[in-house]
Amino acid sequence: MAIAARIDAPDNASPLQSSEAVVVRFAGDSGDGMQLTGGQFTLSSALAGNDFATFPDFPAEIRAPLGTLFGVSAFQINFGSSEIETAGDAPDVLVAMNPAALKTNVKDLKPGGLIIADSGEFTARNLAKAEYDANPLEDDSLGKWQLIQFNISQLTLDAVKPFGLGNKEALRCKNMWTLGLSLWMFDRDRQPIIDWLKDKFAKNPVLADANIAALNAGHAYGETAEIGQPGMVAIPQRHVSAAPVEPGLYRTITGADAVAYGLVAGCQLADVKMFFGGYPITPASSILHALSRLKEYGVMTFQAEDEIAAIASAIGASYAGQLGVTSSSGPGIALKTEAIGLAVMTELPLVIVNSQRGGPSTGLPTKTEQSDLYQAVYGRNGDTPLPVIAARSPSDAFDCAIEAVRIATQFMTPVILLTDGYIANAAEPWKVPDMSTYQPFPVTFLDHVPEGGFKPYGRDNKLARPWVKPGTPGLRHRIGGIEKQVDTGHINYSPENHQAMTDLRKNKVDGVADHIPDQDVCLGTTSGKLAMVGWGSTFGPIHQAVRRARAKGMDVSHIHLRHIWPMPKNLGELLKSYDTVIVPEMNTGQLKTVLRDQYLVDAKPLNKVSGQPFRIAEIEAAIEEALA
Amino acid sequence: MNDMTPIKTTPKDWETDQEVRWCPGCGDYAILKAVQRTMPEIGGTPENTVFVSGIGCSSRFPYYMETYGFHTIHGRAPAVATGVKLANPDLDVWVISGDGDALSIGGNHTMHMLRRNLDCQFLLFNNEIYGLTKGQYSPTSREGTRSPSTPFGSVDHPTKPCAFALGAGARFVARAIDVSKQLVDVLKSAHAHKGTAFVEIFQNCIVYNADVFAGFTEKANRDHQLWLENGKPMLFAGDTKGIALDVASLSLKVVEVVDGNWEAAGVLVHDVTNRTVAHMLVEMPFGEFPMALGVLYDDPRPTFDSAVFEQNAAVTKGKLPNLQKLISTGQTWTVDA
Repeated sequence: MAIAARIDAPDNASPLQSSEAVVVRFAGDSGDGMQLTGGQFTLSSALAGNDFATFPDFPAEIRAPLGTLFGVSAFQINFGSSEIETAGDAPDVLVAMNPAALKTNVKDLKPGGLIIADSGEFTARNLAKAEYDANPLEDDSLGKWQLIQFNISQLTLDAVKPFGLGNKEALRCKNMWTLGLSLWMFDRDRQPIIDWLKDKFAKNPVLADANIAALNAGHAYGETAEIGQPGMVAIPQRHVSAAPVEPGLYRTITGADAVAYGLVAGCQLADVKMFFGGYPITPASSILHALSRLKEYGVMTFQAEDEIAAIASAIGASYAGQLGVTSSSGPGIALKTEAIGLAVMTELPLVIVNSQRGGPSTGLPTKTEQSDLYQAVYGRNGDTPLPVIAARSPSDAFDCAIEAVRIATQFMTPVILLTDGYIANAAEPWKVPDMSTYQPFPVTFLDHVPEGGFKPYGRDNKLARPWVKPGTPGLRHRIGGIEKQVDTGHINYSPENHQAMTDLRKNKVDGVADHIPDQDVCLGTTSGKLAMVGWGSTFGPIHQAVRRARAKGMDVSHIHLRHIWPMPKNLGELLKSYDTVIVPEMNTGQLKTVLRDQYLVDAKPLNKVSGQPFRIAEIEAAIEEALA
Repeated sequence: MNDMTPIKTTPKDWETDQEVRWCPGCGDYAILKAVQRTMPEIGGTPENTVFVSGIGCSSRFPYYMETYGFHTIHGRAPAVATGVKLANPDLDVWVISGDGDALSIGGNHTMHMLRRNLDCQFLLFNNEIYGLTKGQYSPTSREGTRSPSTPFGSVDHPTKPCAFALGAGARFVARAIDVSKQLVDVLKSAHAHKGTAFVEIFQNCIVYNADVFAGFTEKANRDHQLWLENGKPMLFAGDTKGIALDVASLSLKVVEVVDGNWEAAGVLVHDVTNRTVAHMLVEMPFGEFPMALGVLYDDPRPTFDSAVFEQNAAVTKGKLPNLQKLISTGQTWTVDA
């Protein structure tokens, strides 16, 4: 989707304001269905042809106490008629379903932005829970924004009255009323949402009808208010045109689904079956959920008793001739660490997906961070090198998963694939790739005694040892975590052998660099004053910030790493061709340290560890400061 | 993929060329020999057999079996074995573990393997001590065990492996002694059982816990062994004593058998499918009672692996994998040229 920005000329005949991009945030109680509202609004944006990026932000508690500040769940979408790389910095529109949602989110709203508030929820009790001394809808504390308030709760109850629902059930339709209003505000078709509701509530048509009635009522409210009914507030309507993109079939995809599909694709290209051992953990569980429905693709999923058993079973499956895969988040990866060492020692292929979250310890389970880079690259006992790959966006995770499978099976090594909570949960449009354009990389199982005899730890030209399925006659052998003798794989503690095997393991992983693409510059020039070097989900904000800065004439380029370990062979020279290198990261400077160590470059850190993605403006400010 | 017809083998065919590195006189040697004698008798095929072990003295076992083998990490053998079996159910999987490996660091995996009932043999070499780390007390060590880490005697209560296994849902529980001639028969029964066959083998650690089982393993103490056989009365001490049910307290008791008339004494007949009695047998306090040995319980039910494969076959029936179609479905839209 590399198409330059375009602003539609305002059509004077249309009452609609035309906007290039709009950021809307839906915020409410965690039981208010904001993620659902956001998800359906995303679908509607996709169908309208907008480019978009979303950012779900929800509490760790499944049902936090009603009305509390920590129970607020929010969903932000940035959609537009030009290329969208991030979920947007500051929202233009905030839909606040209760006082707590208003309080926790309003500070992010753009000055002059629009607040839509459900005044029915601004009761004395809810105001107290949100720690408001006075009702903000009634004083001038929201003066720098536009405020539209109406009693959405009552309007919803009125709309669904004919269906005879209980009060609690009726109020659950509030999110659909809100969605209906939002659809009107952005000139969207209601039909796909109606179809979805009918499908979702197929077993309970009354609920489907009630939700549809609420949706229609919200939409009608916008329409009627616009005409200027007495007592109703006119609501601004905007139209965001379709983004010009390459023709083809598109779909929305979350990072978790992209990882699941990418792993399936990788195993097809490798011509090997997949065994996925998993244990539930936020935000990685969705990969297990997705794969458990894909059994016809040769996928076996196993929910193990713990993180250790999840990876241990995957290693067992790899030993038996399938590709073992396991997935978790930081704390779970920590538990798997000893087993990762076993996979390195036994030189079995294995893919370990880490959907990073805020740490340390339990940390921020539902918030995003990229602070597990050290853990991935260095975090094991002994000299235990393994390749590390990082996805930059939800759709990029598809190709990264394929790459992880390729390296694992071609080099007989565990590979860590890093995503994060943002990538896992966020959705973006994805041009569905043509699978026939992918080059297969079929694995070869050794099935006979080769000339010169069978050596379980013999090597090919990539230093990979042979993969042998138990059950193969003539190739019986034993492997394990004790140091192996060169070639034979027998137990061997001798000093020379340990030195030789340590060198072999290192050289094998270093050699992966000969089989990966050179590092490119994704925006800008291959030398100059400033390079912004990123990895993972900071891609969006870095890219947009560099684009804006370059539009202002600044000499800044964007380099984004997929291969974290080993790094592309040209990276050192490339970095040295810039006067300044800045590494924006959602950690305290982990890639920065690795770059300094590997290349003796004076990489400078730009760090954010708040559990929230970078804002474009934060990176833009750093660029301007560096070039001032 | 392979010719699965069993080939006739001899115990020698199951020996590797690797030097065995256990202490001279270790009970592990006897167990190794018994397993190597068992394999030809069950018609095993070396290349279709996999030994998976954890960490500890016992876990060196796979290196000495001329089969496929995986010496994994401490406590995790059941988990690795689960992956092996699910990836290739045709393999004959044997898990080798010890009291520390299976019941301390790996207790969780042991429990879940038993509850799931993965089809494999689980041999737990119980020597009531950590041998490889030089003699600390283990979860099966008796109270008061003096060891480098408990110089004044251990104070925690030991676990009983077979009671643990039954509690976790095991469908086959057996006990044997490293040097007992019945070990081969017990291993054959374990192999014949579909599902996790749990075998506790009392193994004498001659360096750190020598003769801890002498109370029933010594020649002079054979009267304290109760060898159970399905359909046979529970007799011991040269058939002069037996195990009967004390109905009033719903517990077992030792009864004297006069003139071989065990029926008159109320001696129970061993029924391997009786789970209630199995629970009582594994809990019998040694001393007051003999040590129950042989197959204590054997009542198969569907295995985890068969259930997984059945479900996978059922849900994929008629579904053809089409990745291009898969990634093209969901919330899609087309942008025209």
